[in-house]
Amino acid sequence: MVENRKGYNILIHAIMVILCVLCLAPFVLLISASLTSENSLLADGYFFWPREFSTEAYEYLMSGDSIFKAYGVTILVTAIGTALCLLVTTMIAYPLSLPHIPGKRAISFLVFFTMLFSGGLVPSYMMWTQIFHIKNTLAALILPSLLTNGFTIMMMRSYFQINIPGEVLESARIDGAKEWYILFKVVLPMSLPILATVGVMSGITYWNSWNNNLYYVTDPNLNTIQGLMNRMLNNAQYLKQLAVADSANMSAPTASVRMAVVVLGTVPILCVYPFFQRYFVKGMTIGAVKG
Amino acid sequence: MTYRKRKKKTYQIKKYIPFYLMMMPALIYLFINNYMPMPGLVLAFKQYNVREGIFGSPWVGLRNFEFLFTTNDAWVITRNTILYNLAFMVFGTVCAIGAAIILNDIISKRAKKAYQTIILLPYMISIVAVAFLVNAFLATDEGFINNYIMEPLGFEPISFYMEKKYWPFLLVFLNLWKNVGYNCIFYLANLGGIDPGYYEAAALDGATRWQRFSRITLPFLNPTIITMTILAVGRIFYSDFGLFYQVPMQSGTLFPVTQTIDTYVFYGLMGGGSMGASAAAGFYQSLVGFVLVLATNIIVNKVSKENAMF
Repeated sequence: MVENRKGYNILIHAIMVILCVLCLAPFVLLISASLTSENSLLADGYFFWPREFSTEAYEYLMSGDSIFKAYGVTILVTAIGTALCLLVTTMIAYPLSLPHIPGKRAISFLVFFTMLFSGGLVPSYMMWTQIFHIKNTLAALILPSLLTNGFTIMMMRSYFQINIPGEVLESARIDGAKEWYILFKVVLPMSLPILATVGVMSGITYWNSWNNNLYYVTDPNLNTIQGLMNRMLNNAQYLKQLAVADSANMSAPTASVRMAVVVLGTVPILCVYPFFQRYFVKGMTIGAVKG
Repeated sequence: MTYRKRKKKTYQIKKYIPFYLMMMPALIYLFINNYMPMPGLVLAFKQYNVREGIFGSPWVGLRNFEFLFTTNDAWVITRNTILYNLAFMVFGTVCAIGAAIILNDIISKRAKKAYQTIILLPYMISIVAVAFLVNAFLATDEGFINNYIMEPLGFEPISFYMEKKYWPFLLVFLNLWKNVGYNCIFYLANLGGIDPGYYEAAALDGATRWQRFSRITLPFLNPTIITMTILAVGRIFYSDFGLFYQVPMQSGTLFPVTQTIDTYVFYGLMGGGSMGASAAAGFYQSLVGFVLVLATNIIVNKVSKENAMF
């Protein structure tokens, strides 16, 4: 190890710095573009710092209400979805982690099988729209495919199996505690790391979800921020249509507005995520342990 | 059965009722979301019309499949899906292990954490946002590459969204860019568990860096590599819909290199293609995907039992 430790150190730091630049550069380009004047963008293209600083894109966005609505819907969907995910997942993972529940093997298999086989998009779409009439409802953004899944359930079950000693549960039972009480007052307080992990994963999934908006929503009032981005990506005029009522006299700075919407859709995650990264990394490695 | 025994049995079942109640919401959800659509796969054998619904529509036997497989589409989407997934698997694993080893060798805790946070960032943002980022680089008129690299060097601007040849590389690169930080978490966790004593002993015996890697590090990582590869092989018929749908911005010219089974099914469903062929492609994906999972698992069971999934 002594041979050329110093050279090796410089090399690995250099590689990581290059990787980090690769990962960060696009975001710098994005933020810079959203703060550049439309004319400069059209003339000089996107660059890593604003050649002609301007906040017109953000002003334009703030002049209409679609961006605020989209934020509201996104926050609502993320909050409800994450809460439901945590509740539903812990409630099934706890019994599945216990040794002596009759029918446990069969139920575990039913959960596991969903990871192996699926009906696919076409039948799911028809079921949600024709049986549950989910089109253009808030439920369409929360329920289809996002709420919980076999992987999350199995991950949480493994955590309970490894980290909640049977004796603790047994002594709670001897003290006369009901199972519901044990789950919420004994098991969950001991499981904060996995709750944080699943909560962060679910929150990010809901915040970033655009598929359900694309499949099931046509009402602009139900656009999430990602849904709005999705529609703008292939139709640069989309935002103009929405904003035109309240800002008919403003010409739309389309190129910079697109970038501004993306900034608004990603920056919250970029700001919040480093604080949760610890849980995210920890939980993934727990999940990697086979239960 | 004596009275007492029966009483004991009902008592026992009663004891378990709260557990079944707890499991109910998730089971109902999985039943609706995952199991109820499964019978809908029969649509692949039907001539769908909205009025009569999935089950009322008339049977047409294998006509949808004939339609799908007589066109070139079936071949193109299968090839793209499998080749991209293979490339993601190979390059993804190599890069993730490389990044994990480098991160593991970095002594400063703060630098290590900062690097890890930054390379995980791309994983955290939605693929729609990625499509915009890519567009900022590649757009023909305003894109960074054409304005600040091609033009100053005196080259003609490139219409990236019209040229097929760049996209296989671009898509593989983007997949790496987005997922390396995430995949390396798993390997990093493993590396942390290797006793440094092994390396010291090897160094004393004069083992080269490469020997230490191939004789100590790699064997430790093997179980994780195998598990991740099995999972990936099981999903080889499923593509990352967002990547192939959003990033090429639905450019029809690029379809021969960007269309996968998932995007094909989507276009059929949303009216951009044939509904029957779309249902048939969906059926084909579910079935072959399932067979592949089972087959991989059987093979793994034979080769190294402890890595099998079931």
